[in-house]
Formats: sequence, structure tokens, C-alpha cells
Amino acid sequence: MKILVCISKTPDTTAKIAFTDNNTKFDTTGVQWIVNPWDEWFALVRAIELKEADPTVTVHLLTVGEADADPIIRKALALGGDEAIRINASPTESQFVAHQIAAIVKDGNYDLVLTGKETIDHNGSSVGGLVAGETALPFISLATKLVRQGSTLTITREIEGGQESCEVEIPVVVSAQKGMAEARIPNMRGIMAARTKPLKVVEPVDTTEYTATLQFELPAPKSGVKLIAPDQVQELVRLLHEEAKVI
Amino acid sequence: MSILVYIDIANGKIKKAAHEVISYGADLSAATGDPLIGVAIGSCQDKLEELGSYGLTEVIHLGKEIEQNAPTEADAWAISALASEMKAKTLLFSHSLSGKLLAPLTAASLKAGIVTGVVSQPELNNGFSVKKSVFSGKAFAKIAIKTDVRVLTINPNSYPVKQGSGNATVSTKAYGTAQSRIRTIKAEKTSGAMSLTEAEIVVSAGRGLKGPENWGMVEELAGELNAALACSRPVADAHWRPHHEHVGQTGIAIAPNLYVAIGISGAIQHLAGVNRSKVIVVINKDPEAPFFKAADYGIVGDAFEVIPQLTAALKKVKAS
Ligand SMILES: Cc1cc2nc3c(=O)[nH]c(=O)nc-3n(C[C@H](O)[C@H](O)[C@H](O)COP(=O)(O)OP(=O)(O)OC[C@H]3O[C@@H](n4cnc5c(N)ncnc54)[C@H](O)[C@@H]3O)c2cc1C
Repeated sequence: MKILVCISKTPDTTAKIAFTDNNTKFDTTGVQWIVNPWDEWFALVRAIELKEADPTVTVHLLTVGEADADPIIRKALALGGDEAIRINASPTESQFVAHQIAAIVKDGNYDLVLTGKETIDHNGSSVGGLVAGETALPFISLATKLVRQGSTLTITREIEGGQESCEVEIPVVVSAQKGMAEARIPNMRGIMAARTKPLKVVEPVDTTEYTATLQFELPAPKSGVKLIAPDQVQELVRLLHEEAKVI
Repeated sequence: MSILVYIDIANGKIKKAAHEVISYGADLSAATGDPLIGVAIGSCQDKLEELGSYGLTEVIHLGKEIEQNAPTEADAWAISALASEMKAKTLLFSHSLSGKLLAPLTAASLKAGIVTGVVSQPELNNGFSVKKSVFSGKAFAKIAIKTDVRVLTINPNSYPVKQGSGNATVSTKAYGTAQSRIRTIKAEKTSGAMSLTEAEIVVSAGRGLKGPENWGMVEELAGELNAALACSRPVADAHWRPHHEHVGQTGIAIAPNLYVAIGISGAIQHLAGVNRSKVIVVINKDPEAPFFKAADYGIVGDAFEVIPQLTAALKKVKAS
């Protein structure tokens, strides 16, 4: 079985969110970059587990990004995976990224394409579905569990008010979320091995522009907290009822 | 040139998210003059005609022979086919579990530009651009859609529901014979849980509660407020509470009218998932807890004393 894990480079979860160039660009000054947690903790680790259970499984990592994404790919490779592909382009929008991934999926005959639930910067939650739509593969969104039996996968997905388990034949696209695996920390051997794992750089396929980000905006700051003495809870109730009008 | 809105139905009931998306569509329809048409799939106990009161004049009900627990890829095909047939220009979904499955599949098949997590009406004076939530609630991005057909998902609890009067006309259409390639084995309902993303009030507690045995008072407060329960990540990681209650950057993102945070320090990753809440109340014994900076109302005090008192005060108000 050939697995493709799609990973994205995102700012660290503690990064200060600010913008430059008249609020048209994310201010990267002092920003640390990480592998998008949903991709790393759930999609990648589950792929590695499948390989540990069956050494004939190959795991390829894929990112759409410029050369500054290389350290992130090496970080992901330190956890596991055989090799990586970087599509040499800035990930400007979901449709663009999905087109690039779809081209690799079609070309590489992958059996399982894993993405994280969403990225923590764009919060799109759409790349997995777009890739599935474009490659005409089945798509299972927001999966919390994935068990393989030969070419059949049993997957649990989150549905409104509960969960559903279902069966599907590979090839398939799955977006992964919490529950799928337990996050891991790379060890020294993994980090050393990652340095020499193949990282193939390919040029993007041509696509049209579907959407364009025009500008960013920060939410209005809170006006400040109103403190209520701990023995005055009835005053809090009154404020929530009369002033904030939320109860 | 119409606007097609997907009506989220779960367990036979029309979801609040559907009312929000219809309200969004009605306002968009008023601004553009394009007719608004709803599409509902599968059986529904609620009356679809009554959606007229939210501004929907026409509903197409795609009857299904096979019952299902949740939307499938075949639903996305049916929606895409209907959208093409009607020449729909804008497709609206909720940014809910259903929308996260259906919207991208539909966008791929219609070759549409897609923007998810939309928080306000589009600007139409120069093309079509919408504002979406990005950086886990820490910012917004204005995004222009350049394609003829566009797909939007609207963030839950972001768009006000407007209810008036009137009835929609409901017509039934065949769903078609397409079948999902994914076979359902079984579905389990989470017992009694209120949808966290749809809840108007959320009561959330963190490590300050010391242990799972102390959640009784949190549940009581939530019961009194008719609120959904949430928790911080370490609480879910330690299995004090189920994973589906974990809110934050790496959990669920919510935007209720009222978020009550008890014994939660307010780490940046926690705030990222809850900072779109309209009103935040923080109860923490440490006056330096960072959460107070993001709060509207705060009580510096011991949760074990404050919470029972708060519950009692609410009971008293209700009784009077
Ligand atoms: C990559 C990454 C992603 C993360 N994602 C998330 C996420 O999605 N969601 C999330 O929540 N966290 C997340 N975290 C963890 C986050 O950084 C914090 O560690 C976590 O939110 C802290 O949880 P807490 O506030 O419950 O516990 P603590 O930080 O231990 O805070 C407990 C609070 O309770 C107060 N307290 C103690 N006793 C009492 C009492 N008797 N009465 C009143 N108050 C009391 C204390 O003053 C303190 O402020 C993430 C971290 C990382 C690194």
C-alpha cells in the first residue's frame, strides 16, 4: 500500500498574528514554523503506524510550498516516512493546493491520501475534499479512527451528534483529526535519518486562479474586563441578563 | 443565477445552522436580486414549508430511498447536479460537519472557488469578496472569489437568524440512483450531548477543577444555563472529559453568545478556539491569569466556592 500524507507549514501556535504591507501579508518577523498539528499528530503518525504494522507499506510526504518549507518537511520525516515531495509553489489558496496534490495522487497511484482536518492558519478544512473530488476518489472527512484489513479500511468519522463507522476500499482520501493517533516526539535516530531521506522538488502544474486573498484584519480588541467580587455572583447574573443580554 | 442553500438536517431535524445559512442567503438574495432556493436531502420530521419564515421561498426536497445517518459523497453529487441544472451561482453550506464534507466535494465538481468559515455578507461592489475567520480566530481575511460559481460555508453562530413569517413552496425531486462508495457499518450517538458548535452558551472548565470527580458542579451550572460543556486540552488529554469537549486551536473552535471559563488559565492555544465568543466570563483564583485580558466579566475567586453560588443565584432568578 502506498500512502501519501499531505503536510502544511504553519506558524507556531504561540506566534504573534500581525500583518504588513497595508495588511495584505502575514508578518513573519520572529515567527517559528511548525508542521501543522492536525497533519503531524494525526495524519502522519497514523501513516507511520500503518507502516510499522506492515513493512511493505510506503509512506510519502507531500507539501506545496517554497524552499523555506524544507526544514518543516525534514521535521516531519524525522517522525517517519520514506521520502518527501515538495511542489515548488506558494500555497496561495485551497483549490490551487488541491490541484497540485491531485496531480501527484494521479501520477503516483496512491492508495491512501491523508490530510489533517484543517490548517491552523487558513482553517480551510477543504483540501482533502477538493483532492477527492478532483481525483474521483471517495472522501471520508474528520476521521477519528482508521483500521486496515488488506485493501479495506474501516474508518470512524465524526457526524452530527455522534460518530459513524464505515468501510471503504482503497484508494481513498481521508482527513484526520483527534483520536486517529497519539502525537509523537521525534528521536535522535529519526532526526539523523531524516537528513538523508530523499526530498524531491517538483514544479507546479498550471491552474487558474479561483480565489485571491485581498486583505487581513485583526478583531477589535476587548474593551477590558469588568471584575465582580466573588461574593457578588448575583451581580454577575444581573450584568449578563441586563447589560450583556446573553442570559 | 440563483443562490442554492443546503439545509442541514440531522436525525430528522432541521439544524439551527440551517436557519443561519438561510438568513445569510436571504440577505444575499435581497442584495443581488437572485432567487434563493433551498435543497433538503432525505427524511425530515420538521416542516420544510416553515423555512419560509427565514426568507426561503422555494425548497427542493430530494427524496432518498436509503436512509442515512449523515451526508455522503452521493449527496454532494446530487447537489452539484441540481446546481448545474439550475445554473446556481452561489452555493451556501454551514461550516459544520456536513458542510466540511459536502462543500469541497461540490466545489471540486463545479470547479468553483471556495471560501470556508465565512463570517459576514460579501462585498459586491467590485466582484465578490467575503470575510472568513483565519489564524484560528485570531484574524480575518477578505477573499475575492474569481470563478463564476462560488461555494461558501458560513461559520456557525456568526450570522444572526432572522425570523419573520411566510411559507416556502416545497417540491419533491428524485434523488437519483448514485450510491456512495462508503458503506456504513454502524452509527453511535453521543448520549445527550448538545452540539458544542451550535450552543448559544458554553460552560467550560480546566485543570483548575483538580479532577474529573469535581465536574458535578460544572454540569449543574451548565444545566441551569442550558449550556453545552467544554474543557481545556489537558483535561481531555488526562481523560477527565471526552475528547469531543476539547476546545481551542487543536480542538473545536466555537463562537457562542456566552462562554464561561472556569479554572482555565487562558493559554494562547485555548483562546484561539474561543475568542470569537461574544461575551466571555472568566472565573479563576489567580488575578494574573491571562484569560482575564480576553474576558468581558471576571471573578477572581475559588471555583469551588463561586460555582455553587452562581448556580444558586441563577436558580433564584429563574424562580422569581
Ligand atoms: C501545539 C499546542 C496546541 C495546544 N492546543 C490547545 C487547545 O486546543 N486547547 C487548549 O485548551 N489548550 C491547548 N494547548 C495547551 C495550552 O497551552 C495550555 O497548556 C492549556 O490550555 C492549559 O489548560 P488549563 O488552563 O486547563 O490548565 P492550567 O494552565 O494548568 O490552568 C489552570 C488554571 O486554573 C486556575 N485554578 C486553579 N485552581 C483553581 C480554583 N480552585 N478556582 C479557580 N481557578 C483555579 C489556575 O489559576 C490556572 O489559571 C496547546 C498547546 C500546544 C503546545
